[in-house]
Amino acid sequence: MAAENVMDVVSQIGAGVTDSLAYLGSLAMLGTRAAYYTFVGPFQGKSLRLQSAASQAMEVGVRALPILSLITFFIGLILALQSAYELNKLGAMNLVAKAVALSMSRELGPLITAIVVIGRSGSAFAAEIGTMKVTEEIDALEVMAISPVHFLVAPKFLAMIVMLPCLTIWANTMGILGGALFGVTQADFTLTRYMQASIESLYLRDILSGLIKSVMFGVTITAVGCLEGLSTGGGAEQVGRSTTKAVVVSILLVVVVDLVFTAAFFFLGNG
Amino acid sequence: MDQGHPSLSEPKAAISVRDLRVSYGEIEILHGIDFDVQAGETLVILGGSGSGKSTLLRALVGLEKPSSGQIWINGKDIAAVSTSELYEIRKKTGMSFQGSALFGSMTVGENVALPLREHTKLEDSTIEIMLRLKLEQVGLAGFEYHLPSQLSGGMKKRAAVARALAMDPEILFFDEPSAGLDPIIAAGIDQLILELKKAFHMTIIVVTHELASAFLIADRLVLIDKGNIVAIGTVDEMRSSAQPRVRQFLDRVPEPDVEGELDYLQTLTGRYRRRA
Repeated sequence: MAAENVMDVVSQIGAGVTDSLAYLGSLAMLGTRAAYYTFVGPFQGKSLRLQSAASQAMEVGVRALPILSLITFFIGLILALQSAYELNKLGAMNLVAKAVALSMSRELGPLITAIVVIGRSGSAFAAEIGTMKVTEEIDALEVMAISPVHFLVAPKFLAMIVMLPCLTIWANTMGILGGALFGVTQADFTLTRYMQASIESLYLRDILSGLIKSVMFGVTITAVGCLEGLSTGGGAEQVGRSTTKAVVVSILLVVVVDLVFTAAFFFLGNG
Repeated sequence: MDQGHPSLSEPKAAISVRDLRVSYGEIEILHGIDFDVQAGETLVILGGSGSGKSTLLRALVGLEKPSSGQIWINGKDIAAVSTSELYEIRKKTGMSFQGSALFGSMTVGENVALPLREHTKLEDSTIEIMLRLKLEQVGLAGFEYHLPSQLSGGMKKRAAVARALAMDPEILFFDEPSAGLDPIIAAGIDQLILELKKAFHMTIIVVTHELASAFLIADRLVLIDKGNIVAIGTVDEMRSSAQPRVRQFLDRVPEPDVEGELDYLQTLTGRYRRRA
């Protein structure tokens, strides 16, 4: 009896692992095909849908600016408050600028940007493509000999990998400005000196590592959102389910990708 | 009924289906379908809900992969070709979907022009003229700047047909052309199919359960039931058929209920078994 239960658990874990690996495989395949249509296709006579990519970039990037600015400004302010709590005891309030600048550009800038984009665009990708699946529009593309990945996914992919780093730079700046609000009002900085201290504390690699991560986040969010959309079953209810799943899975995978790259930078940096 | 099986390597018909089997997971939906469609012929696939007729159509356009068997379209087995070859074949076929499947974010004109823009290097002005021509053919002249959401059900169907016609296909597929339309609009769509047939001598495959429309447009009919072909023949052959399943479908006789009280009880208690 007990042995049977153990075998049950083992086989369930096995099935779970196989499913997860298959899912990651589908994601990688979709990501690769989108990358093919973006970077290789144009040289083989398969036109890149620049107009569609531009309107996606507008939607994914430009329209996200107000909400992203607000959130990252507050995050910067919170970071300043939190680090000041400890730094004040050491009498090192002048290090607040450095603490905010480093944690924003290395970690929180890319991550918060990714989470805002997941909420706004990852979910929208899944809902848009899922609805098209339900109304047979994806089938119609196929039957017209138009690849849905070329037509729908590639423009989103291009928009994401361009806009996410841009948004991240913006988020870093807004975060530092948020920190400056605290620095100027509570820690005897002038705005110029605070900005100078921030810039001096940043090395190019701090910013670059964040930007590389943000590109990978963009790939992840596009692949998950579009895959969830494309694998939507029949019915409006399924579209809702795909959208929710796209958000949950994207957040999980973005954190995993973040961990992998942060660890890689850490060990490569020391090595 | 007389189909004759040409040698498998070079079927002469526009479409030849040989021992086609399609499964969803473990469940087999089509159990070995065989038929031919001659070039220029209109074949109507009839069948009730769940008979497998829609699955058959999806297999014919390559949206459903057969678990075994062959589908020859213009001499190529679409079950065995690569994706790029399949796309080449699809450029010469058109399909009108049950729910029309127009792209909601594009105008009617952009919908019709899409295959032309994707697959040809024609000038914009030429495409403009062609899309007007196609819309004219389906009776939608002047609607190119409307969004699909601004059209009625019948007009959407017509726009979908115009899009299917865009690449001047040799074969045209219709999935339930009159589904969800009132009788007058549905008759209009039937008329449109007849006109296309007369004007372009296209090979047309229609899936439907509407008997009146089927008899009006068909050269030959196929009746599918539970994943098998029950009967195949011309309109007159089908009308005069004595086969019980054909008669039941044509005379619209409902499925008999479970016979007898005992059987009913056995069904409820899950111990139903066929009487010997």
